[in-house]
Amino acid sequence: MNQRMPISRRNLLLGAAATFGVPAVLAGCGSDQPATPGKASGNSLGTVTIGSNASDEVPKKSLASVLESFTSAQVKINTVDHNTFQENINRYLRGTPEDVFTWFAGYRMQFFAEQGLATDISDVWREIGGDYTPAFKAASTGSDGKQYFVPFTYYPWAVFYRKSLWAEKGYEPPATLDEFTALARKMKADGLIPVAFADKDGWPAMGTFDIINMRTNGYDFHISLMAGKESWTDPRVRQVFDTWRGLMEFHQPAALGRTWQEAAQSLQQKKTGMYLLGMFVAQQFPESERDDIDFFTFPEINPAYGTDSIDAPIDGYMISAKAKNVEGAKALLKHLAQGASQNIATKLDPGTLAASSKADTSGYSALQKRGAELVSKASHIAQFLDRDTRPDFASTVMIPSLQSFVGAPNEIDSLLAGIEKQKANIFR
Amino acid sequence: MAVKTRRYSARDVTILVIGLGVAIVVNVGLIWGPTLASVGLSGTDWNGIGPIEWIGGENYADLAGEYPPFWSAVRNNVLWLGFLGLIATPFGLFCAVLLDRRLRLSRVYQSALYMPVVLSLAVVGFIAQLVYSSDYGVLNAVTGLTVDWLGDRSINIWVVMVAAGWRHVGYVMIIYLAGLKAVDPALKEAAAIDGASESQTFFRVVFPTLRPINVIVLVITVIEALRAFDIVYAINRGRNGLELLSVLVTENIVGEASRIGFGSAIAVILLAISLGFIVTYLSQLFREER
Repeated sequence: MNQRMPISRRNLLLGAAATFGVPAVLAGCGSDQPATPGKASGNSLGTVTIGSNASDEVPKKSLASVLESFTSAQVKINTVDHNTFQENINRYLRGTPEDVFTWFAGYRMQFFAEQGLATDISDVWREIGGDYTPAFKAASTGSDGKQYFVPFTYYPWAVFYRKSLWAEKGYEPPATLDEFTALARKMKADGLIPVAFADKDGWPAMGTFDIINMRTNGYDFHISLMAGKESWTDPRVRQVFDTWRGLMEFHQPAALGRTWQEAAQSLQQKKTGMYLLGMFVAQQFPESERDDIDFFTFPEINPAYGTDSIDAPIDGYMISAKAKNVEGAKALLKHLAQGASQNIATKLDPGTLAASSKADTSGYSALQKRGAELVSKASHIAQFLDRDTRPDFASTVMIPSLQSFVGAPNEIDSLLAGIEKQKANIFR
Repeated sequence: MAVKTRRYSARDVTILVIGLGVAIVVNVGLIWGPTLASVGLSGTDWNGIGPIEWIGGENYADLAGEYPPFWSAVRNNVLWLGFLGLIATPFGLFCAVLLDRRLRLSRVYQSALYMPVVLSLAVVGFIAQLVYSSDYGVLNAVTGLTVDWLGDRSINIWVVMVAAGWRHVGYVMIIYLAGLKAVDPALKEAAAIDGASESQTFFRVVFPTLRPINVIVLVITVIEALRAFDIVYAINRGRNGLELLSVLVTENIVGEASRIGFGSAIAVILLAISLGFIVTYLSQLFREER
């Protein structure tokens, strides 16, 4: 018995070593899949790897289809769950990232570019620059004036409604806040909940804050507030929350226990009258009812700014600083920048629009056409609160704060003072 | 002198070095190292990429003074401990005592109460959502209420604790049941002969003999309360009234945020609280051995 002890102990240690080794192995996991088998011939640029957060079925399929027509290099996609990808982006980019990775435009891109984790692709932009509007180029440019990002698709935020319900009740899209309030009052009288609302996930309320802030104080103030340059106790910010509080009585109650999907379903079931959300709201509608969706841009609040700004987050691709095959990666980005590539994605996913101005819009659904029109009219495009500010500020300060506002809309002053103090700790 | 000095052969030494050395390396590398690193990092401002900047106790000051979720998390952890310790655990004991009396169908009750224990708390979290969701939940549908069980921050912690307690009761019950089966029936008989009532028998005779079990249950309850994480994370990622210290650590360090210094400061607070319990428990244990 005693003699056997060392052996069992050794086994134990081996077991322990194996256990500790597991995370390392797991970290290397993910669904590695060569996207274009059999296309090995004619690829002069070797293999390019892509780290993709497109874990949902539709985006995953659309990326795979887009890459089928890319022949100058072999492509290997590593798909990681959307949220996991986002949460581990820091470690991912410092570890062994793929050559190309999916990411978001705006401050969130600049943040990582500043840390030296992305490759400068200004030379790619010299070629593709003509395909994009200046607003897209600005959203792809780091704080040092160089480009780090290629926009692929985007989706505007607007107030969505069902045409059939509105036609039946005789509602008209409001142009000003007063008309909006009057409309909401009318809906309430008709037994509808005027504005669908959900904030269990913490981010949807950011969209409401963004749009009221941009309508009240303009795009420049909004962006400078997001960059930590303005005070949250400023009367202008207070004004935003005051306006919002005034609208809360028309919002769907119990929002903090509801997901956006549930709120979107209430819109689909005609229990609620309208819903401020991204165009992806269409996902919650059965295919046959998608043509019944329409939207209007959030109405004017301050005539000085009209309706000149909207949230329209852009998704796209970047090259990591540690990329092994930079040439191949750049070729791939050029491929992704083509309108034709983006059209494949917009066809498969009706909630997105192609970022390139050269993309063919004739295949768009009615909703997509309206979306493109809305964006082309906007002179400023914001990226959404959590993409326009530091990620730590958005997730650890703004989510709890906005949720606390939604739960208790009357305590504005203490809330804003709290945000300002925490902001000072983060933006130091 | 007949004292034999013990000599270690080369083989003994090798085994000692390997056996003890590996243990020490693993212990220092995996327990003490990270612990001290957390304590060290809690005095810094670091985003995980750039330079580490020493800021002293500022994180702790920010935490206590300017980070609303922190106090909410402390309160919730204390509530959690209180709820498990004062309600769920005694209720588990109560169930165990009832089942120990060989009721009819006691096996059925036993399985029913024990069933939730095999579920992960994350799964319990998903089940809780099916029950409590304000639009689609069973509870509102059956009772006709329109309460926002999970979204209203004054009630959500309570309903979540009920869900967590649902699982904890079964856990505690099975441990006590095993303990009760081991109590010598002669003790109860003797008590009955001496004219003790049922409750006297239980509180004066049976319960004291369960002392070792009580210690285990107490430790389990404290551990469960401090490590609670999965259930609230599954429900709403531990926000809006469901903050817990463990969630705040994760939220700050693991997420995209990467406020590593700040998150470490929260982890150190959690460590201090855990140490309080561990030290009390160990000193109690050593005192008895002496």
